[in-house]
Amino acid sequence: MHLYNLTLQPPTAITQAIVGNFSGARQQEIIVSHGTRLELLRPDVQTGKISTVIATDVFGSIRSLAAFRLTGGTKDYAIVGSDSGRIIILDYDPKTSSFVKLHQETYGKSGARRIVPGQYLATDPKGRSVMISAMEKAKLVYILNRDAAANLTISSPLEAHKNSAIIHHIVGLDVGFENPMFAALEVDYAESDQDPTGDAFKNAEKMLTYYELDLGLNHVVRKWSEPTDPRANLLVQVPGGQLASSERFDGPSGVLVCCENHIIYRHADVPQHRVPIPRRRHPLEDLNRGLIITAAVMHKMKGAFFFLLQSEDGDLYKVTIEHEDEEVKSLKIKYFDTVPVASNLCILKSGFLFVASEFGNHYLYQFQKLGDDDDEPEFSSTSYPSFGMADPSVPLPHAFFRLHPLDNLVVADELESLDPILDSKVMNLLPNSDTPQIFAACGRGARSTFRTLRHGLEVEESVSSDLPGIPNAVWTTKRTEDDPFDSYIILSFVNGTLVLSIGETIEEVQDTGFLSSAPTLAVQQIGADALLQVHPHGIRHVLADRRVNEWRVPQGKTIVSATTNKRQVVVALSSAELVYFELDLDGQLNEYQDRKAMGSTVLALSIGDVPEGRQRTPYLAVGCEDQTVRIISLDPETTLETISLQALTAPPSAICIADMLDASINKSQPTMFVNIGLQNGVLLRTVLDPINGQLTDTRTRFLGTRPIKLVRVQIQRNPGILALSSRSWLNYTHQNLMHFTPLIYDNLDYAWSFSAELSPEGLIGIAGSVLRIFQVPKLGTKLKQDSIPLSYTPRKFITHPGNNYFYLIEGDHRTLGEEAASTKLDEFRRQGKSFDDGEINIPPEVFGRPKAPAGTWASCIRIIDPVEAKTVAVIPMDSNEAAFSLAIVPFSARNGELHLVVGTAADTIVSPRSCTSGYLRTYKFTNEGAGLEFQHKTEVDDVPLALLAFQGRLVAGVGKALRIYDIGKKKLLRKVENKTFSSAIVTLSTQGSRIIVGDMQESIQFAVYKPPENRLLVFADDSQPRWITASSMVDYNTIVAGDRFGNIFVNRLDPKVSEQVDDDPTGAGILHEKGILMGAPHKTKMLAHFHLGDLVTSIHKVSLVAGGREVLMYTGLHGTIGILVPFVSKEDVDFISTLEQHMRTEQSSLVGRDQLSWRGYYAPVKAVVDGDLCETYARLPAAKQSSIAGELDRTVGEVLKKLEQLRVTTSGF
Amino acid sequence: MSSELRYTANTQLEHLHARYTGTGHADLSKYDWLTHQHRDTLASIVGHPTLSSFLAIADSEAIGRVKFEMTERMLQPCGPPPRKDDD
Repeated sequence: MHLYNLTLQPPTAITQAIVGNFSGARQQEIIVSHGTRLELLRPDVQTGKISTVIATDVFGSIRSLAAFRLTGGTKDYAIVGSDSGRIIILDYDPKTSSFVKLHQETYGKSGARRIVPGQYLATDPKGRSVMISAMEKAKLVYILNRDAAANLTISSPLEAHKNSAIIHHIVGLDVGFENPMFAALEVDYAESDQDPTGDAFKNAEKMLTYYELDLGLNHVVRKWSEPTDPRANLLVQVPGGQLASSERFDGPSGVLVCCENHIIYRHADVPQHRVPIPRRRHPLEDLNRGLIITAAVMHKMKGAFFFLLQSEDGDLYKVTIEHEDEEVKSLKIKYFDTVPVASNLCILKSGFLFVASEFGNHYLYQFQKLGDDDDEPEFSSTSYPSFGMADPSVPLPHAFFRLHPLDNLVVADELESLDPILDSKVMNLLPNSDTPQIFAACGRGARSTFRTLRHGLEVEESVSSDLPGIPNAVWTTKRTEDDPFDSYIILSFVNGTLVLSIGETIEEVQDTGFLSSAPTLAVQQIGADALLQVHPHGIRHVLADRRVNEWRVPQGKTIVSATTNKRQVVVALSSAELVYFELDLDGQLNEYQDRKAMGSTVLALSIGDVPEGRQRTPYLAVGCEDQTVRIISLDPETTLETISLQALTAPPSAICIADMLDASINKSQPTMFVNIGLQNGVLLRTVLDPINGQLTDTRTRFLGTRPIKLVRVQIQRNPGILALSSRSWLNYTHQNLMHFTPLIYDNLDYAWSFSAELSPEGLIGIAGSVLRIFQVPKLGTKLKQDSIPLSYTPRKFITHPGNNYFYLIEGDHRTLGEEAASTKLDEFRRQGKSFDDGEINIPPEVFGRPKAPAGTWASCIRIIDPVEAKTVAVIPMDSNEAAFSLAIVPFSARNGELHLVVGTAADTIVSPRSCTSGYLRTYKFTNEGAGLEFQHKTEVDDVPLALLAFQGRLVAGVGKALRIYDIGKKKLLRKVENKTFSSAIVTLSTQGSRIIVGDMQESIQFAVYKPPENRLLVFADDSQPRWITASSMVDYNTIVAGDRFGNIFVNRLDPKVSEQVDDDPTGAGILHEKGILMGAPHKTKMLAHFHLGDLVTSIHKVSLVAGGREVLMYTGLHGTIGILVPFVSKEDVDFISTLEQHMRTEQSSLVGRDQLSWRGYYAPVKAVVDGDLCETYARLPAAKQSSIAGELDRTVGEVLKKLEQLRVTTSGF
Repeated sequence: MSSELRYTANTQLEHLHARYTGTGHADLSKYDWLTHQHRDTLASIVGHPTLSSFLAIADSEAIGRVKFEMTERMLQPCGPPPRKDDD
């Protein structure tokens, strides 16, 4: 087995985000890290929308990002700390639109290790140096400078190590132009490690330490070190330094130390200021729970600065410092707004706040005001004795605020994010769809969603209006060349033509010069200010003064097909002749003296647009009934001579020549593509050589069941092609690469570009007798998402064999269920406490739910109708039970009646796993699956994490035990048990009498049930320990599984062993066999292994295209969706692996990680080719492309075609 | 290995231990080994974004909180060291 790994949807979680002028223009951009991928986002200041500029896989894990700017520079650079053991400085090059690695300095081993730097980055605000730090001990300082040619230089590292120090955070201090200084939050463990009494541990001090980089001596010294709050977790830079011109201090310098419940202002040798972090006032809030700041951002404006700090609940606080020169007068804090909990906050100078959410969608907010003059209570350090530092060990009295809906911010844009995907299913449930949809349970807490993902582009419809008849074609046209927008819509019916004018309203007009009594074949704005209409009996050339020149078809013939551009017209007659017209310099349409006989009925014609600065396009493509396409010259020297010919497999139905940019073929100029749509729904795309007119590099794609129609349209001011069959597809260029994606929209019969003031980039189409105007807003996305909100974090969901409903379990730890919460509130009321409704009735999807102590759970079962996209029913769990697993079981004892069994546990503690009791709840389906009727509940001794139907009974993984249950009157009856598992059973799959068990820590084990002796025996396991998160059977002997560290692997059992086990009727043979390596008597063999960099949450063996091959599709926690495709031939394996080898040497990772070692992070890569790396071949410079292709004995086109074919035939993407 | 070689290797060993925190040696106590293992694991959880997300989801805490608690726990992950015998 050899597999090809391909990412269909890269991870969408943002782990780091930085802001800066990376392109050097006046505009600010945001660089985000998706863990294994870097993306440059550009917010549009006018519209407030975010667009992706580039996104690149880095083949490594990004742990930290920082932006810096050299003194006096205008451009920001990005520094990347990763697991490569190297510090990387990246520059964004706007010309080539790519990240360029400026410096790569090796300092340590690869891997995210304890003492290898890369976890934290801190830069000097003046851009003179950077500190990169590990979790423990190691800190390195690099000096950044310019050389004589103004290139960025980096020094050798200077060590600022401190043995046995755990580092919580580092930050660069703002000291103006004095020596650069860094602050670190450190704890020393040397004493606690030596003291058996535990006193040293209790008294361990968290130190705030300043490290000064002496630029003169080229040396780092510990300048100052003082203990601070023992629960400090984050440092924030406070502006400082003096302006050279005005003597005025920018700020007091120093740091904000964010601690549990407090914020402290701190600087060497000056008084400290401390304020409490205000808390939400809610009766269910536990005031003893600490509150920490998890994200912070400082913003400098002219002569002022402020901080936005975000607590772990998502509340933003505005913190200000009042100062006189370097002396701090007071530290103030007040509640600002509530946004989703962020991994990073970025403030843009244009007044936007980018919130990179740690889970769920990301948001761009616009500042409405800065919370300056509201009546929000403000807490100042001056209202406490000694600025709140009278006794630092005693907490300040609690401060409270009242939650309010967004007041200072408004949402400007939302970036959809699947992160985290916790479970998924792939099925084709929606009507009128020939490809399966992906259903994913996403999100966390009250912001969770259930999403339906469909391959295709989202369409935004702006107009839909009924027409008197059924038109067969639609066009739009301008009146003159220089018009910015279209003026007419022309609709062609079987027996006439309707002209509509576009203005304030759209209405019919008569006096346009168009013939209305016949159908239309083509419409064109021709020359400077004339219009052209082709109808079956002639060509009307409507001049600007409404005079009409008409060319009539000879008697007995009609025009069957026509193609036009700004200067040329070609029509095909029913006598299989071609007539060619060209516009002369006086604006007269002249017929070429000869007509060309084709010998076979012409079915389709196409000419490209006139290239800029030219008189004509030199090639005409003609598709004939004899299943050929001919390229005919329109050059004055060789007019109407046939140049080349291509045979087809079916008669063509449409042809479209378009010049489109595809950087994989030609980096600098558009390539001329001839798209040929066949009557059997297949599209051929060939490249037309502009020099000799030959057709090369043919690619095919099946679009649908109807004959294809092709329309040239404008997409983002570039040509694109709309292909209409039983589905509509859009072929367009995005970020210099060609995309071919279906539109998620009704079938269109015909379409054209539509440009008006309100929708400059729209499309117009007809579907039956309805006229539609629409836009495609989210170019570049491949999956359209529709979501249903959920109450709590989804855990698992299953499908029903008899209906289309999904049964989903949700559960949240540290949360009170609705019922438990209202009981508790009632109790408070009885005790005479009063509280107003405004405090209690807060929408949880915005503010979250109040945190409860560990061991408290809120959970429910939800029935979802995916077709209608709605929740059908919700069954909440009571008595602090949480659902962890579910299965639909056809119990033989009930004549195969289906039952839903849900595994729950009460008062569960996550780690170490414990519960007061586990339960198996049994439900009957009512109301055709739309409801559940509770039957009974069976007590079990541990948390049931996996359930599965097995031969008319239930097999359950209850903690460490594997058991089979049958249904009884009052409870489920335990039939057989096996307790040899070591940690906990998390996945189960079955075929025949074999049960494959995934253990939380001990990999995959093969068990068999032997009915005669009622034995459940484990006969094979893995020789490696694996922390299984998801698994799926590939065939009877093979299993694919993902582990917690981001690996995916395939294990196979020896077929001989399999047979031997199946032939043993009682299992006595297995029982008496000797175990190997303290485990089962047989071991499985690992067939394939690959490190994905994302934690696999579900795997399915499915076919993603109608009639396509089966592939292994997986979802990752951070929102990854990918597939593993089995290669069909040895040649393919050799070819692609050789290509991968070449790519490894040509394409070095942006973070300096070796691709092979990254993919073999925990175990060497085995039998899997990295498709994401191979696909970067399209982005290589042409010279490198051809040298690699030469080594492989292929042409560049063939390599690209092979890569595209691997992607398209297996995923359709 | 000749005795001479072993001797030179040993002198370097101490230096190497100081340099590479967390590497083991022949006289390592069970407590020290376990403490190193735990610190390595905790650092790995903080250093790998997917692992910290995974734990944050399981425990319904913010990722920032998970990272903070993991870093705090690195101070003494396995309790106080055992008392040394006075022999």
